[in-house]
Amino acid sequence: MSDTNKTVDVPASPDRRKFVGAATAFAGVTLAPGILLMEVAHGRPEEQAASSAVRWGMLVDATKCSTGCDDCVTACSTENGWTPVESSPHKSQAPQWIRKLELQDPLTQMETNLPMMCQHCADAPCVDVCPTGASFKRADGIVLVNRHTCIGCRYCMMACPYKARSLVHESLNDTQKPDVPRGIGCVESCTLCVQKIDRGDGTTACVEACTASGHNALMFGDMNDPESEISKRLRQLPTKQVRADLNLDLGVRYHGI
Amino acid sequence: MKYWLLFAGLALFVLFGALSWNYMHHHGHVVTGMDNQIVWGLPHVFAVFLIVAASGALNVASIASVFNQKMYKPLAPLSAVLALALMLGGLLVLVLDLGRSDRLIVAMTHFNFKSMFTWNVFLYSGFFGLVGIYLWTMLDRSVASYAKTAGTAAFIWRLILTTGTGSLFGFLIARELYGTSMLAPMFIILSFAYGLAIFLMVLAAAYAWSGRVLGDAVILRLKKLLAVFVAAALYFTVVYHLTNLYFAKMEGIEAFILRDGGFITLLFWFGQILIGCVIPLLILLTNLGKSRIWIMAACSLIILGGLAQMYVTIIGAQAFPLDMFPGLIENSSFADGQIHHYSPSIPELFLGLGGVAIALIATLFGVKVLRLLPASLDDVTVAKLEH
Repeated sequence: MSDTNKTVDVPASPDRRKFVGAATAFAGVTLAPGILLMEVAHGRPEEQAASSAVRWGMLVDATKCSTGCDDCVTACSTENGWTPVESSPHKSQAPQWIRKLELQDPLTQMETNLPMMCQHCADAPCVDVCPTGASFKRADGIVLVNRHTCIGCRYCMMACPYKARSLVHESLNDTQKPDVPRGIGCVESCTLCVQKIDRGDGTTACVEACTASGHNALMFGDMNDPESEISKRLRQLPTKQVRADLNLDLGVRYHGI
Repeated sequence: MKYWLLFAGLALFVLFGALSWNYMHHHGHVVTGMDNQIVWGLPHVFAVFLIVAASGALNVASIASVFNQKMYKPLAPLSAVLALALMLGGLLVLVLDLGRSDRLIVAMTHFNFKSMFTWNVFLYSGFFGLVGIYLWTMLDRSVASYAKTAGTAAFIWRLILTTGTGSLFGFLIARELYGTSMLAPMFIILSFAYGLAIFLMVLAAAYAWSGRVLGDAVILRLKKLLAVFVAAALYFTVVYHLTNLYFAKMEGIEAFILRDGGFITLLFWFGQILIGCVIPLLILLTNLGKSRIWIMAACSLIILGGLAQMYVTIIGAQAFPLDMFPGLIENSSFADGQIHHYSPSIPELFLGLGGVAIALIATLFGVKVLRLLPASLDDVTVAKLEH
């Protein structure tokens, strides 16, 4: 401190010196954990663009997906602030970012359970048809809707083969989350919890919930990284893309369908 | 007096349409019958019908200028004004049904050129521009020598435009009834039929109410053309469904439209086929077609059938569930695997009717202010025009 003082033309008063010291200490205490967390979790700084070296994706093991369990749906709703369909007054108009699908083969009676949501296509039909470019695919494979340029034309909903998108039909209540912008008249869908990814959580709310429940039917990760857990698992496990005939190169792969 | 009464009547519907929009815009689409399964509802039925009919309303002008049929030249300006008016009505319904109709400026400034919707924005604007110029060449003698060029440009443009409208659906892979290039030429032929039917009714009404003489020669010639268009529309519909029926994967959706779809099936057989094609053909091709009243009846049936066709095309395709897992029974909280039901709400209906009223009021205004119609089109005048 005394060295610093020598270089200053006008000597600082003792009070000012104390204040600078305290402020520095405060800033250090405040910022350090954040910087440390960034280091640990490899979150992406805001000024850095998403990279195409990464392809975020998900593996759904339908053989482990439990009948009647909708923990993934609840977790998504809680994380992203959309009202669960059962508590919505207008059920057919309520947005559903993720839903549980029960399948049954009418001949063999074989039943399959799986979550259905945006499949984050590499060649997304919703991105192709969007007149304003509000529907877009990020470099890391996440398909999103720009809340500021979506005009609510619903052409993407007509184009999506997975019925993954919902229109916000009415004014939203205050359950909105600060990092998940939503709004009346706009179309929305699963974002692969982009806010969590950018924060560096390295997973999504649905995957966390599925793991916490002990079912372990969902796995999230970078499908471009051959050493990632999801890539290793995808190499071992036979998986399918839903409506593979459309050749959309999906970011969500299913085992056991 | 008649003019003002009609004007006031139509203005009332425009007002209802505006109130409906205000209500829908204020509360959101929650007050409509649309939901996350039926995402395009009655407003789209009206909007697409009007846009398609707009293109067809230009028929008579095209025949006059492009194919040089002198008999139709006096009617060409009305044809162009009606085309512009229908386009205006259709576009208004389309944009006022947007989830964020307040963001129209975004649609005008942000473009994704891979989107058929974006191309349609340009096709619609170009249509206004070209038909506007064409109308100018017809009304201003100093530029009359450009009428043929402008008319040809407008003719080619509207063919591309209806190709674009058909391709709005044709370019969609997700729904079984769409995703075929068949929809583009089919929409062109449908536009010919709907546009001409509306034109004939407007023409007859304009002459009758203004006390002018309209001879049978014009009407009888145009009704033959109308019969050809309706027959062609029926042909396209038959080929389209026959082709689908041949593919096993399309059996479900075809059974839904043709047999099991309840209201949709009813609309298809009684609305689109019987009222929209068969009965009008019977009227137009038999002796009944020599009477003005019967021709007008046929025209109104074609228009009703056209609305039914749009309903089946737009709502029917969405009502049938997406087949994500072929052969499996699907069940979920999001109506997967179920037939989706749609009951249009009153505001949707009035928004659509508001578009029709706007189109008619604009035509009425055009006819009155621009004095588009010749004093008389009796058979003697028409015969003189032909020579």
